[in-house]
Amino acid sequence: MAEKKQTVMAASGDQMVAEAFRQANPDVLPVYPITPQTIIVEEFDKFVADGKVHTEFVPVESEHSAMAAAIGASAAGARTVTATASQGLAYMWEELYVAAGMRLPIVMANANRALSAPINIHGDHSDIMGCRDTGWIMLFAENAQEAYDDTLISFRVAEHPDVMLPVATTLDGFITSHALDRAELMDDETVAEFVGQYKPAHSLLDTEDPVSYGMFANLGNFYMETKLGQRKAMENSFKVLREAGAEWEKLSGRPFEFVKTYGMEDAERVIVVMGSSIGNARAVARELRANGEKVGVVGLRVFRPFPAYDLVAALKGAKAIAIMDRCETIGGQGGPLWSETVAAMATAGVSIPTRNYIYGLGGADVTLEILYQIYEDLKELPAAAEKGDVIGVTYVGARTSAKDSQSNLVANSQTAAHKG
Amino acid sequence: MANIKELTHTPQHLTPGHSMCGGCGAPMAVRQVLMGAGKTPVVVSSATGCLEVSTTAFPYTSWTGGFIHNTFQSSAATISGVEAAFRGLERAGKIPADKKVKFIAFGGDGGTYDIGLQALSGALERGHDFLYVCYDNGAYMNTGIQRSGATPYSAWTTTSEVGPAVPGKRHFEKDLSSIVAAHNIPYLAQASVSNWNDLVTKATKAIDIDGPTFLNVMAPCPRGWRLPFNQTVEIAKLAVQTNYWPLFEVENGVWKLTPNKNPKPVEEFLKPQGRFKHMFKAGNEHLIKEFQTNVDRRMCYYEARVAGSKTYEELLEERGLPLTSDEALSRESGSHEQFQM
Repeated sequence: MAEKKQTVMAASGDQMVAEAFRQANPDVLPVYPITPQTIIVEEFDKFVADGKVHTEFVPVESEHSAMAAAIGASAAGARTVTATASQGLAYMWEELYVAAGMRLPIVMANANRALSAPINIHGDHSDIMGCRDTGWIMLFAENAQEAYDDTLISFRVAEHPDVMLPVATTLDGFITSHALDRAELMDDETVAEFVGQYKPAHSLLDTEDPVSYGMFANLGNFYMETKLGQRKAMENSFKVLREAGAEWEKLSGRPFEFVKTYGMEDAERVIVVMGSSIGNARAVARELRANGEKVGVVGLRVFRPFPAYDLVAALKGAKAIAIMDRCETIGGQGGPLWSETVAAMATAGVSIPTRNYIYGLGGADVTLEILYQIYEDLKELPAAAEKGDVIGVTYVGARTSAKDSQSNLVANSQTAAHKG
Repeated sequence: MANIKELTHTPQHLTPGHSMCGGCGAPMAVRQVLMGAGKTPVVVSSATGCLEVSTTAFPYTSWTGGFIHNTFQSSAATISGVEAAFRGLERAGKIPADKKVKFIAFGGDGGTYDIGLQALSGALERGHDFLYVCYDNGAYMNTGIQRSGATPYSAWTTTSEVGPAVPGKRHFEKDLSSIVAAHNIPYLAQASVSNWNDLVTKATKAIDIDGPTFLNVMAPCPRGWRLPFNQTVEIAKLAVQTNYWPLFEVENGVWKLTPNKNPKPVEEFLKPQGRFKHMFKAGNEHLIKEFQTNVDRRMCYYEARVAGSKTYEELLEERGLPLTSDEALSRESGSHEQFQM
């Protein structure tokens, strides 16, 4: 094995994504600026200006056109990347379905951010969770290092013939996108070899073997068959993700796990969480475990495809589970991570009481105190579940009234409200 | 100038067997435009609409070259991505340096004047090497004849209904060609399926030019215009002869109008079409007059742009035409002078 050279960087998540893009040397990058994704664009444009990439940089006039141009470029056989956040991702929405339906291996970084109204530029998962059913593979980075690693692994998965799906590699707005972190940058040659070259099977520019993209599948069952094809491709991505992740681990020394566990060998009270808050939960669990408390953390790095198998395997010994969602599904029974986790356990015949905690919306602080409170709250959960008093979500870190001096656990259960 | 004998030998980029209506102007526009590419391969993008649904019913396609349909508003943005891919791959040495491909985007008036205007403007400003063709039939025909920004004044559509309270569309159509001209692109032209030689000549020129070019093509829809299916070319000709659809080109900022010495009155364009029939009812004479005034005023605007011409105001005065109410208001308040550079 050749000598691998990793450089330790003090860099933001956005910078690390830009580095990963540079090393993958995409053919086209259409992009529109939006906070907190902008550092990715700015850093990458410097690479373009300095001639460090051969990329055609397309500074489009909107996110809708960013994804439209990405679709055109990818259908033309180009390795294509873009980046966005928040309103920008929402503005792309219909194009996200097109990219997935056309089976185009576009890689997009999303700096997860709140959605208006009220307008708020800080981190939460409202934007990215809005497109969880668009057919994109979705990865959630915990820190700048994972943002870098996920981006590189994305090319291998997106462009794999058994997959051919777009990938959204996401990092939490400001917390991961902007804060300086320690991260290791692999040498360019090793990365070039790892990501390889994209060899399209069908290209608009192949004048010898022309192809029509985006056709009218209105009659027969072609539409439904296309969706089945996407479903199968998404299932295939499990294997490809594992293989590419394992290969990357060999090169970098950093594992790529769909589900990261801490203390799960004996944990009874467990927090399930994604993104930048995993570290906070781990820090609190470490303290509590030092005092002999049986607590643990399960952090998801892959959300689409949803790693139900790995997740249930990690959770099955727990007695009470806090599932933390950094976005709202107002009117729904709980956030998307909660819904998926509960469904995964139910289909596996695993019955463990859960409570859905809504946290950190619009960048609301996720203090260690909140996580201690959640572990404390979980002590009561089995008894509450026994009484059937667990319907509804629990907000953490919000005031119920302007008179409150501090944020607290609120609205512990709305079973009564559900009864009307 | 195009030679009809030679044109019969150019490859067919859009093959017969598609399911556009009999008499539809859109495939005429497409076929004439693509003749301008000659033997050079083309990649075509199309906005959502009649052209797309009728030529790509999966698993069949009527397109002999690369084709992509993305969404309604994204024809220009999508082709800009394809063209960017060509550049990026060329720079990377992944396609031969001598490979030639032409990039052509199509959209109807709904996909161009309205929902796709922003994407078109962006792609023109960025200077991609492509031709955008708007086939203008003056309404959202694919969804069942709803009014667009290109629908003529007073026209009936299913969203500009005619009744005792409202006599059809209350607004004058947008001047898209002038909007495009304001982007200072190397070439744009207005053309009509009725004037095939003019159209193919303009398309050839547009496709040959490096950089963004634009054609606005009159492409009647007999179904939406409430017109017999065999009258498409005839009515397109009348659109030109009445100055409703003047033919012109703007090359590097220089305007050139095709002379129309004795324009016919607009009635001759309006009368055969069912969508204008209420204009000819007693008491609605003013609608025809307003239509005519708008057409004449717009001609003054175009003529004033030709080098050496009189000014817009001089031409209006000479022809006894009023300013629009907005123009009159701005001159009265002095804001016009105030903001002149």
